[in-house]
Formats: sequence, structure tokens, C-alpha cells
Amino acid sequence: MSHETINLTLKIWRQPNAETEGRFEEYQLEGVSTHASFLEMLDILNDELIEQGIEPVAFDHDCREGVCGMCGMMINGQPHGPDLETTTCQLHMRRFEHNDKITIEPWRATAFPIVKDLVVDRSAFDRIITAGGYVSVNTGNAPDANAIPIPRPDQQQAMDSAACIGCGACVAACKNASAMLFTSAKVSHLSSLPHGKSERSERVLKMVAQMDDEKFGSCTNTGECEAACPAGIKLEDIARMNREYLRASLCSSGQ
Amino acid sequence: MAIAEPATNILDSKIPSGPIQDKWDKCKFDLKLVNPANKRKFNIIVVGTGLAGGSAAATLGELGYNVKSFCIQDSPRRAHSIAAQGGINAAKNYPNDGDSIWRLFYDTVKGGDFRSREANVYRLAQVSNNIIDQCTAQGVPFAREYGGFLMNRSFGGAQVSRTFYCRGQTGQQLLLGAYQALMRQVSTGKVEIFSRREMLDLIVVDGKARGIVTRNLINGEFETHTADAVVLATGGYGNAWYLSTNGNGSNVTAAWRCHKKGAFFANPCFTQIHPTCIPRSGDYQSKLTLMSESLRNDGRVWVPKRKDDSRPPAEIPDSERDYYLERRYPSFGNLAPRDIASRAAKLECDKGHGVNDTGQAVYLDFRDAIARDGEDVIRAKYGNLFHMYKKITGDDPYHVPMQIYPAVHYTMGGLWVDYHLQTTIPGLYALGEANFSDHGANRLGASALMQGLADGYFVIPYTIGDHLARHSFEKIPEDHDACREALENAKGRVNKIMSIGGSRTPNQFHKELGAILWDYVGMERTKAGLETAIENIRGLRSEFWEDLKIVGKNEELNQVLEKAGRVADYMEFAELIATDALNREESCGGHFRQEHQTSENEALRNDDDYAYVAAWEFNGVGEAATLHKEQLEFENVPLATRSYK
Repeated sequence: MSHETINLTLKIWRQPNAETEGRFEEYQLEGVSTHASFLEMLDILNDELIEQGIEPVAFDHDCREGVCGMCGMMINGQPHGPDLETTTCQLHMRRFEHNDKITIEPWRATAFPIVKDLVVDRSAFDRIITAGGYVSVNTGNAPDANAIPIPRPDQQQAMDSAACIGCGACVAACKNASAMLFTSAKVSHLSSLPHGKSERSERVLKMVAQMDDEKFGSCTNTGECEAACPAGIKLEDIARMNREYLRASLCSSGQ
Repeated sequence: MAIAEPATNILDSKIPSGPIQDKWDKCKFDLKLVNPANKRKFNIIVVGTGLAGGSAAATLGELGYNVKSFCIQDSPRRAHSIAAQGGINAAKNYPNDGDSIWRLFYDTVKGGDFRSREANVYRLAQVSNNIIDQCTAQGVPFAREYGGFLMNRSFGGAQVSRTFYCRGQTGQQLLLGAYQALMRQVSTGKVEIFSRREMLDLIVVDGKARGIVTRNLINGEFETHTADAVVLATGGYGNAWYLSTNGNGSNVTAAWRCHKKGAFFANPCFTQIHPTCIPRSGDYQSKLTLMSESLRNDGRVWVPKRKDDSRPPAEIPDSERDYYLERRYPSFGNLAPRDIASRAAKLECDKGHGVNDTGQAVYLDFRDAIARDGEDVIRAKYGNLFHMYKKITGDDPYHVPMQIYPAVHYTMGGLWVDYHLQTTIPGLYALGEANFSDHGANRLGASALMQGLADGYFVIPYTIGDHLARHSFEKIPEDHDACREALENAKGRVNKIMSIGGSRTPNQFHKELGAILWDYVGMERTKAGLETAIENIRGLRSEFWEDLKIVGKNEELNQVLEKAGRVADYMEFAELIATDALNREESCGGHFRQEHQTSENEALRNDDDYAYVAAWEFNGVGEAATLHKEQLEFENVPLATRSYK
């Protein structure tokens, strides 16, 4: 990476709304600072498009520091681009070369219908959490936080799983558009803590049922989800959810 | 500058009588109750799904109210509370180091430079411990010792360890806890979520808040939602400065439109500039990323003693480094509060000691901590923050010091609320960063999360019932005059924006406004500068309405239009920020008036004339706002010069 600024050819998916068919458009962008983030590069493009009277590229974004999970796009066929454990907003242009051609697409999955351009509807994730991704404790019911010691390894493992940002990269990376990594992260998080144990059977059964209802695909253990995950969620969570599911199916009488 | 003065003082803070320890209990007992079977007859709107809004909507749903919850993001889980890194304070005293509810209260009042309301702050400290219990029970994975008990770390402005944390993602974990509690209420049918909706107006009937008008961001439809009370939890207005640590979607629109409908806006000039952010690198910059204050537990802040010293940091020997926070504030050192640390960094850079190409940065150095504890210990504490820094800058903080500079982070000002968190419009409540009440002129680290959750879980569920029980609520039909008026108001504003047909983008206008605010209403303010700011803001505002360029139409997802609407509101609101800063002829907390400082460059308060909350009443765009004063009484923490030396 020698240039302080680079020129780019951007091939971007444009689709006005869910009902209309989409297509790729190409744009030239010159003089992009290599210190700019990927989304700032798109900001520059959009301001140029507006000045030309062309509708800018719609994309979701908010915190721009890798934690809200709002941004996400396929960059040269990889969710969030080429870097490990990096969201689109954390990707910087120093990762690209002068005169590169970059292809940018939305997440592709039946369960994530396209809203416009690079924006998709991920409300299926909310419905999976609504099905059981919580501890049923009303405000005011809690005992002292130190009343139940939690062994540090359990807390650490819960934290590893709870770090999921719900961006949907796992679904986009999977050839089956499976939501196993997302769902298993929440199941793992809650089932590894004492407070989450009383509902563990009901939780996993309901969340998996909702996941299937949303038309996410099956898991075939290819591991693309783990490779694409910007929050470092591991395949072990899927294994843990499978065990939880098996246990719930065998041991509970359909609670 | 003309400031309108009210004929009589109409602000009633509703602070209960009696000793400060008993006020909240007395208030709760005096509040009228809504019996459990009647709660289902009431409808409540909650705008915003961050820590305050999410926890409020969930808890109100648990109590049995019918709740409609609104957010601008695609999911309630993405509200900007999620980005808070370092931690949440509570007075548990688990480390046995002398903490107590009283000390947390005392530190917060002092940290706020004696411009907050004692009674509210005491209540905040009282419920802080319940928050930790509640979140733990929800499954928030707070850091633990090997024995399984909770761990704490230190934050600025405190000499005890009272901050609970989840690695560098405490806000994320607390928000997911509230979000999960909220989705549980969705599953019971008590809460309905309206995502990708932006609130554009408040519906006021017979002087009471009775609903909102929203724009559906997907299809541009304007919607009317009526209810018996409206809770605003829409965060702060740091993005008025264009560059801030806020998420790009955070904005002042909902609060500002309520202000235009009669809710007073309090202390808008109280803005927190956070000392440890990654410096800006160019014009394209869209946000400034915070590096958690917790880093100052182990990192040492310094600049070269020699001006314009261009040597790499490793080649500058200790004798030629100025660890200016340790030198100036020996008892708090690198953990001096945010306002003080920020101003100290600016002072060093202004004197020519700043580093990097711009001279607008100082070092935050972990060399000594790594030598003392080893890289593994530092990695375990701050690994994700170091990783984030490297991703953004390309530098590895394990080997070269971080470069940091202050950036706009949090706004202590907000809608004026009484002890019940009710604004000057009955039935309209403001929670979390959207209100003004608890942090005075400066917020201490790890207290924003505490306040958001205190308001949502433990205050509003009690106080809102009093309003509902004391009044009768006739059903408001959607074609009620007040609904139509609010709807037309919202539509009219959008149509006006769409019809300008100029040549500059909303982003360009926003950058220009941000530059005015940063230059004149930033870390150091002067009378002349503020007068210039007001003039420039007015000029830019008229250019905005003549030369704005929008593409696309209203009836679709149109992010340019969304942005333009928010910038239009900043153009009006910015004038109030500057007006408030001009009125306040003193320096306190985050508000530093160059004219009012000691010989050692410390803030010089004027308690005789300014120990009040400035609550502004809207009189029209470009018209002088009316200043209402709520006098602050300090009965428990004696007014004193704040010292961290």
C-alpha cells in the first residue's frame, strides 16, 4: 500500500425496493484517502452522486465502531470484507490497492428480504429472540448480584457468546443461509449462566422452532459463519446448542 | 443579546420535603397508584430503545400497561447505548474500599461541578445497586473474580473502585439485557415494536402529551399514534457538532420538536468533551471513536517537553516527557475527570506540545504498565480496545503509544424535568441522556449507563402512574384537531425540505455547522466567539433553506431526506446552545468560558449568580427564548471549589 490516496471502481448492487428487480451499477471514485473507513468511502461516493442528481446508495450504519451490528455488506464476496473479526465500518481503505475494483452487494438470504440497495430486513433475528432469548425476570425481583457466584470460566464463556452483534454476516456467509451461529450464541450465553438455567429447555426448543419458521437454512458444518463473524463467535456454540436441543428433546416432556 | 425574562417562576421541581435519604421513599409513598387491573386500560408511548427507553418499555409492559415502543434503527437492539465501553457505577462497596451511597452521591454532585439537583443525584446513587442485581439476574455477564464474585475497576473522578464491566462492551451487554427483557414483553403482547420510525411531532391535547407523529422510514408514510402518556428516551445531541463519538443516527429531532411544542430545554451548553478519542485524520471523517476512559487506569498521558518535537515517542527519554496530568493533579493523576483532562490536553496542544501531523493529539502510553504487569495482563484488560485502535489507525498500541485527542461525547443538558422526570408538558417524560437532571455540568465516567437504567427500570415505572391516576383520559380519535395539526406540521416540514432545489448536500451543511460549534462553542468559549457563532448559525440556517439539495422522494427509504430533517433541527437548536453558553458568565464542568478562570487555568464558578438550571422556553425560530431559572440548593454537599490536585 503505497498510495496516500487511491482510485477505485465500485460495482454496487442497486435495487429501488423489495418489489423491483435489482442490478449492478459501476461508479468511478478518485482520490480516496487510505485512512478513510469503508463507509466513509461510501459517504464520499454518495455526496458525489447527490451532486450529480443521482440517488445515493442506501446502506445501514450507525455506531461506526463495530458494535451496533447495523452495517454489513458483501465486499468482493465476503461479508464485511477481507479482514478477520472486522465489521464493514471498521474496515479501512488502506486494505485496498490503487485501481482496485470492489464489488458490493447486500446480504443474500430468503429470511433477509432486500429493502433497498444494500439495506435488508433482519427482523427475523428479533423474532428469534422474542421466541425465548431472555431470562424471565421482572424488574425488582433480583437477589443481590453476589448471591450466586459464577465461576470465572463460565462467565468468560457466556461473555464470548454474548458478544454477538446480530449483524447477520453468519447468515450471509452460509451457503444454506442458516442462522445457527446467531441463535446458538444466545442459547449458549444464557444456558451457561445459573440465572438462565431454569428455562433452558423451553428456550432452545422455541428459538430453534422460530429459526426454522423464518426460513433460515440448515447447518451443514462448513464453518463459513465462524470465519465471517466480526464478533468472534465460535462453532462451539452451535455444538453447545445441538447438545441443549438434544437434551431438551429427550429429557423434557414437551415443556 | 436579548433574553426574555418570565413574569413569574413557573418551574416546580417537585422535590419531596425531608432528609435527602428519605425523599425517594416519601415520593413513592405519596404517588397515586394505578391498581393492577386498571393498568391494562392505559396506553404508553416510549420513543427510543436505548438503556433508558428499552428498560422503561420493558418494565412498563411487565406492570401491565400497553406499550408502543419506537426506534429509528432496524432493531431495538442497535440503539447507541450499545457503544458504551467502560462500565457502570454502583455503590455496592464489594471491594471494601470505603464506598457508600453517600460517597457515590457526593462524587457525582462534585463531579458535576455543583450544577445538578441534589435530590435526583441521591436517588440515582440509591437505586444504583438494584441495577447491578437486576442486570445480573437477566444474564449480563459482568466480569468476575476466580471465586465467582463480581469485579470492579476505577473510573475518573473517584478514589474507590465502583465500576462494574463486561470487558470493553458494557453498554452492549446492558443494552442486550434490556432488549431481551423488552422482547419478552413483545412475546406476551404487552409491548409492540415500531422500528425504522422517526418521531417528527408531539400531539398535545388540553395541555397534555397524548401522542406522536412518526414517519415510517421504509415507505415515507406519516403515522399518528395516540396514547395516555409519552416517554421520550431519545438520547443526546452531540452530533450537532458533526464530529462526535455518537452513532450517526443519534439526533436531537424528537427532543427539539417537543421543545417547540412547549417543553423547556435545560442547560444545552453543558456538553462533555471526552479526553480519550482517536484524533481526526481528514475531511472525510464521519465520526470520532472513543477509547474507553478505563484505559487511563494503566495508560499514562504525556506530551514532549520540547515544542514541535518530531522524534518518534520511543526516542524521547522520560526526562524530556511531560506527564502533565500527574504533574498538575497528583492525587487523581491520569484519572482526573473528563472535563479537566480534556482541557489540559487542549492547553498542551495550544502551547505547541501536541503530537502527530496536526499537532492536535497527545500520547496515552502503556509502556510502563506492560513492563510492570506483562503484555498478557494488559491484553486481558484492554485487548479489544487495543484491537479496535489498531484497526482504525494501523498502529499497534502494545509497541507505540496511542495518540488521543478530546471529542464531543455526551450532553449533560436536555429537556427540563422535575423529580418525576416529567417535562413542562404534563404527560411527557424524558429519560436518560435526553433529560438534564443528574450530571450537572460534567458527567463522571460510567454514570451514563447507571442513569439510563435507573430512570427506566426504577423511576418512571413509579412516577408515570401518578399522572395516569390523577387525570381522566378521553379517547383521542385520529382525526382530532390536535392530531391533524401535528400531522400537517410534520408533513409540511418534509415538503418544505423536498422543495428547496439548491446545490449543497445535507452532509455539507452539517459539516459547516459542526465547524462553527467546534470553533466557538467547543472546549473553550468566549463572549465574542459566542456572538460570532450565533450570527454564523443564523446565516448558515438561511442558506440551508435556500440552497439544500435533496434527491429521491418522500415515499421511499430516503436517507438523504432523513439526514436533512435532522440537520434542519440542528440549525435551530445550535443557536440555543450558543445562547445558553453566552448567558452563563462562569466556567463550570464542560462549560469553560475563557473570561472566567483562575491563574492556574482552572474553571472559576460563580455560585452567587449562576447556581441555577437555565430552562429555556421556545418563542419561535430566531426569536429570543425565555429564560426560566430553577435555583439549585446544596444542603448536603457544601458548595466548594472542585479540586483534584
